[in-house]
Amino acid sequence: MRRHLLTAADLDRDDATLVLDTAAEMARLTEGRSVKKLPTLRGRTVVNLFFEDSTRTRTSFELAAKRLSADVVNFSAKGSSVSKGESLKDTALTLEAMGADAVVVRHWASGAPHRLAFSGWIRSSVVNAGDGTHEHPTQALLDAFTLRRHLGPLDGRRVTVVGDVLHSRVARSNVLLLSTLGAEVTLVGPPTLLPVGVDGWPCQTSYELDSALAKADAVMMLRVQRERMSAAFFPSAREYSRRYGLDARRFALLPDDAVVLHPGPMNRGMEITADVADSDRSVIVEQVTNGVYVRMAVLYLLLGGAS
Amino acid sequence: MTWVVRGARLLGGDPTDLLLREGRVEDVGSGLDAAGAQVLDAGGLVALPGLVDLHTHLREPGREDAETVETGTRAAALGGFTAVHAMANTEPVADTAGVVEQVWRLGREAGHVDVRPVGAVTAGLQGERLAELGAMADSAARVRVFSDDGHCVADAMLMRRALEYVKAFDGVIAQHAQEPRLTEDAQMNEGEIAGRLGLRGWPSVAEEAIVARDVLLAAHVRSHVHICHLSTRGSVEIVRVAKQRGFPVTAEVTPHHLLLTEDLVAGYDPRYKVNPPLRTADDVAALRQGLADGTIDAVATDHAPHPAEDKECEWDAAAFGMLGLETALSVVQATMVDTGLLDWASAADRLSAAPARIGRCDIGDHAQGRPLAAGEPANLVLVDPSASATVDARELASLSRNTPYEGRSLPGRVVATFLRGRPTVLDGKLA
Repeated sequence: MRRHLLTAADLDRDDATLVLDTAAEMARLTEGRSVKKLPTLRGRTVVNLFFEDSTRTRTSFELAAKRLSADVVNFSAKGSSVSKGESLKDTALTLEAMGADAVVVRHWASGAPHRLAFSGWIRSSVVNAGDGTHEHPTQALLDAFTLRRHLGPLDGRRVTVVGDVLHSRVARSNVLLLSTLGAEVTLVGPPTLLPVGVDGWPCQTSYELDSALAKADAVMMLRVQRERMSAAFFPSAREYSRRYGLDARRFALLPDDAVVLHPGPMNRGMEITADVADSDRSVIVEQVTNGVYVRMAVLYLLLGGAS
Repeated sequence: MTWVVRGARLLGGDPTDLLLREGRVEDVGSGLDAAGAQVLDAGGLVALPGLVDLHTHLREPGREDAETVETGTRAAALGGFTAVHAMANTEPVADTAGVVEQVWRLGREAGHVDVRPVGAVTAGLQGERLAELGAMADSAARVRVFSDDGHCVADAMLMRRALEYVKAFDGVIAQHAQEPRLTEDAQMNEGEIAGRLGLRGWPSVAEEAIVARDVLLAAHVRSHVHICHLSTRGSVEIVRVAKQRGFPVTAEVTPHHLLLTEDLVAGYDPRYKVNPPLRTADDVAALRQGLADGTIDAVATDHAPHPAEDKECEWDAAAFGMLGLETALSVVQATMVDTGLLDWASAADRLSAAPARIGRCDIGDHAQGRPLAAGEPANLVLVDPSASATVDARELASLSRNTPYEGRSLPGRVVATFLRGRPTVLDGKLA
């Protein structure tokens, strides 16, 4: 493992497998136990540095660190590209002065975790908890973990990722990680929401959803913001739902054992209908549980918790 | 003040002497001497006419924390320049006779190079109504180049009127070609790397669409359009066709677009954030070829100083722009001369004669970009092409440090610069 986790590309097949195996061990050690805490990171400090609100991700990391007995500090830094608050540099210097061992950073700007890791401002490990429209590697890890639990090894498994790939850090990280693990990824969305240059990614692409469902072992629906239609990415929310939403008819096209994922939060009625989201083949709630195990594994491995 | 420059290779040719007296080149030949003259041994040095920059951001008035006329023109002289065109996007904007005269006077007082203010095309760079172009042209600054640089004159009607209007005083509109709607929040060249990095793309077509429109407008109203910082193969091809058809168009390329490519962005270091963005190796090849064959008339630095806090931050939050004055000649040597694409005489044309012509400062008492010949103004730079140095931002004369070449070894060293017979730089230092 490297010192930082900034992109899913930082993980080769062995690293990724190690994280997933470690997460499985974390699950075994805590699932169903009344005392869920392990002593492995006692005395270490993990800072959750959030420049963008995300209660889900922050809570998941916080829980992961606490279950490993680390001290956790939540640091919310406001400010955007328009109204710059405290600068990234000053925030980093402050955290360094306070002696953080790991910084978990969520940021509205793509590459901000990369800047933190390599600018020389701090010495701690940096974990990318979602940066701009770039990546969200622990989300991809929890998705892979969830898929592996349901499908077994991912070699040759077909995963269809649907929606706003252009703005999705989840999609970028999943394409990289799932292909590293041997899965065949197909990205589906309107041409306006597939990035220029996607041809060079290790995946297939399609503008048409129905045909991409029949052979899928899993389908992952991405959150689509309604506001995108104001920038002419699609004409209306209704049209988007008709062409790319996962409804009961499309759900029926999936093989019987295929599972449905969503990184949350969902727009019910937009990219996914309520009956599909709540079906017994939806693993959306389980993804949240698995997120804690995966983040425990990442923090444990980055901080060399065994020592 | 009389100088004998001994043994310089004029435009890279055979060694010769230059006698500089009372601001002019009095004689060119061998064995020159004059009583009381100071002698500069220029053995091994190449003599070029003083460089002329069509595109400099001096930041004063308004952003004296980034650069001042004094510091920016020091940097220019050290880079071998004897004239710079100061862009209009200051605070306040250089859109009135008062502001352009202020900048012009500050340049005269500093005395390192001639400062030729560029006037804004539209009031406040807002793209809504014309600035008082005639008042700026008639002012003491005698503005001839007008540009909203930093912003595109996107409104086709306004661009047409501006082109027409400046014909009355032989002006030129220097267009920052960037279709605004196609580049909202754009961060880097649109392509595979931008998609992977999750940075908003700045597509080539946003430049090319405006270049195509404006060469057609210029032809239609028979007025001169100059395209700033060409950055794509498509733009080069459009300008090439326009010139073949005899359209009144000129174009410039920056040193950084001749050398650097978009893959540098992968580390999210905002020193590589610039507008237009760094493009692909294929674009770089086309720009070099375009400069070599004369499609692109001039090299212009787009020297854009920014204080540290505007670069030591997230990529999206960082300012666009990079320093250029002190490294321009070295980058041109590396990319064009040492590669055999241009000889020194042609390099001098792209860095001096052509930009002076485009800037309408090649005639009169303070003529720039003139040949190094008897009777011409003694504006020249002496460069040692065999030297090389590693760029160290802390050693630059600019007030800012945002060079993209930090740690890079570049060939060539400016040894001396003369402005109308007076040395502004000697032995690589301000005289």
